[in-house]
Formats: sequence, structure tokens, C-alpha cells
Amino acid sequence: MRLDEFFVTGEPLIYAGMVSIALVTSAALFLLTYFKKWGWLWREWLTTVDHKKIGIMYILAALAMLFRGGVDALMMRVQLAFPDMNFLDAQHYDEIFTTHGTVMIIFMAMPFLIGLMNIIVPLQIGARDFAFPYVNALSFWSFMFGAMLFNISFVIGGSPDAGWTSYTPLAGAAMSPGPGQNFYLLGLQLSGIGTLATGINLMVTILKMRAPGMKLFQMPIFTWSTLVTCFIIVFAFPILTVALALMTIDRIFGSQFFTLTGEGLPMMWANLFWMWGHPEVYIVILPAFGIFSEVIATFAKKRLFGYNAMVWSMILIAGLSFLVWVHHFFTMGAGAFVNSVFSISTMLIAVPTGVKIFNWLATLYKAKIKFSVAMMWALAFIPSFVIGGVTGVMLGMAAADYQFHNSYFLVAHFHYVLIAGTVFACFAGLVFWYPKMFGHKLNERLGKWSFWFFVIGFHVCFFPQYFLGLDGMPRRIFITNIAEWLPLNIISTVGAFGMGAGFAIFVFNIYYSYRYSEREKTGDSWDGRTLEWATPTPVPYYNFATVPYVDKYDAFLAMKEKGETTYDEERLEPIHMPSYTGQPFIMMGFLFIASFALVFEWIPLAILGLAGGLIMMIVRSFDYDEGYYVEVDEIKRIERKARGL
Amino acid sequence: MKSNKHRFHRWLALLPLSLVLFLSGCSGITVLDPKGPVAESQKDLIIFSLWFMLGIVVVVFAVFTYVVVKYRDRANRNDKDYDPNLHGNTTIEVIWTVIPLIIVIALSVPTVETLFDLEKPPVSSEEKEPLVVYATSADWKWFFSYPEQGIETVNYLHIPTDRAIEFRLSSADSMAALWIPALGGQKYNMAGMENILYLQADEQGVYDGRNSNFNGEGFAAQTFKVHAESPKEFKDWVKETQASAPELTQDKYNALLKPGLTGKTAFSSTHLEWVHHGTNDGRDYAIKRHEEAYEEHLHLDNEMLQDKADGHSNKNEGHE
Repeated sequence: MRLDEFFVTGEPLIYAGMVSIALVTSAALFLLTYFKKWGWLWREWLTTVDHKKIGIMYILAALAMLFRGGVDALMMRVQLAFPDMNFLDAQHYDEIFTTHGTVMIIFMAMPFLIGLMNIIVPLQIGARDFAFPYVNALSFWSFMFGAMLFNISFVIGGSPDAGWTSYTPLAGAAMSPGPGQNFYLLGLQLSGIGTLATGINLMVTILKMRAPGMKLFQMPIFTWSTLVTCFIIVFAFPILTVALALMTIDRIFGSQFFTLTGEGLPMMWANLFWMWGHPEVYIVILPAFGIFSEVIATFAKKRLFGYNAMVWSMILIAGLSFLVWVHHFFTMGAGAFVNSVFSISTMLIAVPTGVKIFNWLATLYKAKIKFSVAMMWALAFIPSFVIGGVTGVMLGMAAADYQFHNSYFLVAHFHYVLIAGTVFACFAGLVFWYPKMFGHKLNERLGKWSFWFFVIGFHVCFFPQYFLGLDGMPRRIFITNIAEWLPLNIISTVGAFGMGAGFAIFVFNIYYSYRYSEREKTGDSWDGRTLEWATPTPVPYYNFATVPYVDKYDAFLAMKEKGETTYDEERLEPIHMPSYTGQPFIMMGFLFIASFALVFEWIPLAILGLAGGLIMMIVRSFDYDEGYYVEVDEIKRIERKARGL
Repeated sequence: MKSNKHRFHRWLALLPLSLVLFLSGCSGITVLDPKGPVAESQKDLIIFSLWFMLGIVVVVFAVFTYVVVKYRDRANRNDKDYDPNLHGNTTIEVIWTVIPLIIVIALSVPTVETLFDLEKPPVSSEEKEPLVVYATSADWKWFFSYPEQGIETVNYLHIPTDRAIEFRLSSADSMAALWIPALGGQKYNMAGMENILYLQADEQGVYDGRNSNFNGEGFAAQTFKVHAESPKEFKDWVKETQASAPELTQDKYNALLKPGLTGKTAFSSTHLEWVHHGTNDGRDYAIKRHEEAYEEHLHLDNEMLQDKADGHSNKNEGHE
């Protein structure tokens, strides 16, 4: 392979990308060396198994991915509003919408939520870490290396360009030759290992490591949403793993699972993809529901209305999410009967979702609403998501879907649910739990600016797209070649830049608050209701000096009423903690090498990488490190300092 | 800040209103301005559902605005209407579960009816046999074969009004979808399978048709015009094409199949004589002949696309 085939050439935008990557990388290397931080980086972060630190890394990576996916989005919007500028050609546009979709779903939405789960779920149930801290680190590094593999595609080898759904036969070797599509397959495969492992890990953590006394139906609602999500992950992700593997074998070793030649079944890919893909959208929406429930109850200063109904509707949604995948291709011609069945199952999801909306509204009824920034994100979610939801029901009506399918009506719908649902929740959750993670709040004034820019920009961007769809504008075209479509596209682009401004202010707020925000003095920043607020801030690495006995929903509220804390000197015992280890990082590093080699079909190097991974697994199997104990004196010292005793 | 919140609500309340305004002027919106019975039935279904959706949106927005304004934490708020432990009410919970269920049933009935109707030719032209047109997609062009008339067009379509068109959809390579929004919804074109789509035009005119399913670099250019004309005009057009268009040879067809963009042309025979891509035998016909060609880039940009559109409108006028 020649060097000019290895690197992507001929695109000024991509050269600019290369230059900025080189600059940022060398700046990071320089700073680490200059401030002698290499050891710190290795000891504190790369080898950590602490769920709080892993969570922070997830969130930082997700914010970076949100930036990347957002830049992709803005480039598309510029192209659609000013087609005469010739900013992007068809090929480049195809690559950008493919990476935009993939990055946002796989490398932004999921890791952001998993990051929040990482930090908060153990704290909410009174656990000291995950059930399998080592596996948790492994999950993170698998995601991180998978994301890096996917992201380098635009400078090395070329980006995938068959859409985030990568339908065969288009995505097969015959019609999409070259490494681009391989980046998609292997990037997702590598990070999928981590997602599946996290699903199992959190499921076990929640089922086995709750504080004494805490029944399932006394768990905080965010923990419940996480548990339900874990079940979806565990049942849905293996389907993706298999589908990706089959297509990889097709492309690299010439099998014919999804090809047009040799009796392959190209449409099987669409089925497998959406059998995973539809549950996947609930993987990113259920935790969002959980976050909104926590935030709304806290700032309404009122108990969540209809807790049992909320939990059961999540379980129902999770079950139904596996029974609706055909609605992504009603137009495939499965016939009126099949489409009727899937139409009805799709619309049925609206019932438990509606119940949740009404429960949130009822939580606000007779409440005392405090408009903090986190609460504003949660409140903005309700009306915005309702618009996304009702148009989703319209899409679910198969006969009408023949007109909506593949159009901007669909694009508007899924951005309405994914942004108003997942992205608002990420912001709400980050703002809400930020003091617990970093020891200071985010500035509320800047937070409000960023909120208004983003929310107004969001509606200006996506509401017009419903009408573009009804006017026959298909998704994924790189120009608006019908004059009537142009005005609404320009409005949409203005909105997109509003969202961009909102994000920029949000990021600036992180820096500003780091510099100027008042440091938290107590662990209970918002007059919280659940156990994460019972820990001091910053949270000691063992989380709870003494684990409280829980016999009520809103456990911390009950503790506050009784004057209890998570520090009872009488009950102190040595705490068993896991040791930090570099093995997960190294193991996933080897798998990264293997995946990278497979992308370019360098089989010997791929075998070496896989062998490295295998050796690391053997090393792990003979690893008898049982962790260590934190002595009582040490706990006393830390807690007294943290609590100012 | 509180005034901000108010502005936000007023602004949100404008959303459904703007929807109504948009719809009242819906003659400009293709899907809501149908030109045939299929699109008509889909429009009716969409409008029917839209009333329910508007109702839901209005109710939720009203309740939302009410609770958020009334129960905000303000200085002179008395605590009589603050009930921090209120956490359930069976009656109301049953009500708001049953109402959505009723709405779903109300929407399901016409959806299922319309679904089954769309599998048959429209009732309004029952007395006439549907006109059979094989619509075959190939990267990135359309072949329309009229087997009864023995003619084939590339990238444009003529149909008679007031008669059902039975499209037999298939693809020579990547998956596409035939969509003529003014006449009705789409279905996929797939290699090795045949989908049947009934559409009909009641009004004469020229409508936009396209592949709506992304299938690679030339996707945006895979469009065509539908000329819906009176049965007599259609007959004349068929006769003229039969008389003046050249015969389609297999070599010529194979060359046209090569991935890329081509203009509009017509032929006085069809490719169905030697291959039907909708059958299992025909599914790898194109990919076997043009394997290397799928690797080549078109370098398609806006300028090229405009040139193509301008260039073709006068090139093949003779056959249109």
C-alpha cells in the first residue's frame, strides 16, 4: 500500500483536520512531558479501576465526540443552505453523514450515559465500586480504542460512506471497496465488547451490591432505568456483534452472507441491524428518562409521582423495543399483514411513554419548582419530546410511513427524540451531578445562556424539517436541488449554529466554573433525595465509610430526617478495595492493533495483535491480586477531613 | 429569569399554531397535495392522525404550562398547595393509561385498512386493467419497461391518467426506493426480489420522482420526471416511441448498467427479454459485468448536477 493511499489526500478540509490533530497531539505530549505528568497519567487514570474516574473519562470522551459529531453536522448544514458554494461534494457529504450518525449514537450518546451510570449508580445503591472493577476498566478502554479507530478513518484510509445503518449490498465489498467500511465494522465491534461487558457488569452490580435492606422497588429511578437498559444491552448487543462479524468476514475473507452474488441475503443485514438498532434507541432513551425523573423530583422538591408505574412502563418499553424492528423498513414489501402487526406494536410503545409524561407532569403538580439549569433542561424535554413522540406515532402508521420513510420528516422525528431526550438528559445529568464529580457547580448564568441558545436553536433547526419531509425532500442528499426547499433549509442551518453556540458556551462554562465557582462544602449540593448525595464531596475513593441501612424509597431524604450519615465511627471496619491495574489498557491496546490491521487487511499483524490480546487474558487468569484493605485509621482521617469534623 | 420562562412557554405554545398555519396553506406541500387516489388515501390518514396529535400536544402543553407557572417556587407562595408526598392516584393513572390506548386503537383501524387497500389497485379505476411498468433501479438511473407496449425509457416516465399503474420494482444492484410523493408512498427496489406498488394519477402534470433510499455517490442525481397525460396523449407517445426509438440491444443495456449517470433515452424494446433483476437469476447480472466500475468515483458536486439537469432537458426532447 502506498503512502498516498494510506493517508487521505486531496481535500483541503481534511488537510486542516490533519494539521489540527497533529497540533493538539504534540501540544498534549509537550505539556505532559513539560509538567512531568506521564507518571500521574498512568497511575491515576490509565490504570484506574475506580468507577468514578472511569465515568469521568467516559464523559470527557463523549464531550469530545459530541464536538466531532457536531462539526460534522454543521458542515452538512452549511452545504445544504449554500449548495452553490460547492463546500462539499457528494462523496464527502456521504462520509460526513455516515460518521455524524455513527459517532453521535455509538460514541457520544451511549458513552455519555454510561459515564453517568458509572459514577452515579454505585453511589445511588450504596456500593463501593462495580461488581467487576477490572472489567469496567476493560469496557472503558474498549470503547476508547474503538472510538479512536473509528475517528482516525477520516485522515487515514478514508471514512465509511454507506450511512450509519450501512445497508448491504451497498456496504459490501463489491460496492464499497477499501478500508472505509472496515473502520465502521471494527470500530463498532471493538467498542461493542465494552458495551456488552458494561451491561453485564452494571446488571450484577445492581442486583447483588445494593445497600442492606434496599429492595428492588426502593431503588432510585435512575438506577432502575440503568438496570432495564442493561437487560436491553445484554439481549440486543450480541445481535450486532454477530451481524458485524458476518459482514467483516464477507468483506475481508470473501464469504457471501450479505452479498448479491452467491445466494447472499442482503436484506438480512437490515433485519439484524434493526433487531439491535431499535432496542439501541431505548438504550439511549431509558437512562435519559431516569435522569429526568431524578432531576424533576429534586427540583420540584416532591416525591416522584407514580414510581411503580414509571418502573413498569420502562420494563414494558424494554420488552416492546424488541418487537418493532420492522417499522424501520415497512417499505420493504413484507405485506399488509406483517406491516399491520408491527404498526400496532410500534404505536403501543406510545402508551407507557405517555404514562411517563403524565407522571412527570403530575410530579410537578403541587410542587415547588426551582428553575436551576438542570431543571430547565428537564422541563424543556417534556414539550420537545412530546412533539418527537407524536410524530413517531405518525411514522408508526405504516400506510402513512410509505410517504414519510427516507424523508426529512423522519430526520426531524429522530432528532426530536434523540436530542430532546438523550442530549438534553446528558446536559441535565452532567449539570446535576457535576458538583458530585468535580467538587464545584457549573455557573448557572452561563448555563442558562447555553440552555437558551441550544434549545431555541434545536427547535429552529429541526421543526422546519418536518415540512421539508412532507414536501418530498429525502434524507442524505447533499444538495437541496428543488428551489422550494431552500428557505427552510437556511432556517434550519441558522438553528444548527444556535445549537453550536449553546455547546460552545457549555464547554466554556466548564473552564469558567473550574476557575471561579465556589467549592462545595457539603456533599449535598441540591438538597438531594438519593444516596449519592449522602457521600461527602469530593467522594472518597471507597464511597461509603459506613453503608447505611435502607428501607425506603428516597433513602437519603429518610436519613436526613433521622439525622443519619454515611459515617458512623462506631461501625467502621476495614474496607476491601480493588487494586489499580494497567492490564485492561494493554489488552485493549493489542486489540486496537489487531482491529487496525484488519481494517487494512494486514492479516499477519492482525494475528499478532489478537495473540497479544490472548496473552493478556492468560496473564489475567493467573493474576492472584486480591486487592487491598483500607484501614480504619485511614478512613477516619479521610472522613474527618472531608466532613470538617 | 422568570420572564424568560414565560417567554419560553408562549413560544412553545406557538408551535402547534404554526403547524395549523402551515397546513392551511398545504397546497404547496407535495405529500399533502395529492394528485392521485393512493397519495390521497395516505394524505387522509396523515391528516386524520394529525388531529389526534394536535390534540395530544395541546393538552400536554396546556397542563405543562399550568403546572410550571402555578407551582414555581416564588417568594409569596403559601404552602397550602405544596404536597411533597403526593405520589399516586389510581383513578387518574388508569385514565391516562386508557386514553392513549384508545387513541392507539383509533389510529390502528384506518392504518390497517389503508395498508390492505394499498396492496390492491385503487378502487376508482377498477374497471380498467392496471398498466404494468417494470421500474428497475441501477446505480444511479432508472429503467422503466412497458412490456405490453414493448418500449423502455431511461430516467423518465410517461403514464396515462385515471388508470392504475402496477409498478414491478426491482434493482440491478444496490437497494433503492421508488418515490413519487405527489402520487403516493414508496417501496424498495431490491435485486433478486420483486415488489409491487400501485400508483395512479388523476390529474395531468409533470411530477417529481426519485430514488429516496441512499445508495452511494450518485444518489442525489437518481431522479426522474413523471409525465401524467390523458390516455390519448399517452397512446400517441407510445406509438411515437415504438416508431422512432432505437431497439435496446443487450450490449447497449449492459453499457447503460455501468455505475454512473446517464441522460434520458427511450427504446423500442425492453431489457426483460434477457434479464429480469427481480428474479433470483437476475440479481447478480450487473455486479458480475461491472465489478471494477463500482470502485470508481463520480466526483459529483453541485455544479455537475446542475449541468446534468440543464443539459438533459433539451437533449432528448424528441422522445418525451
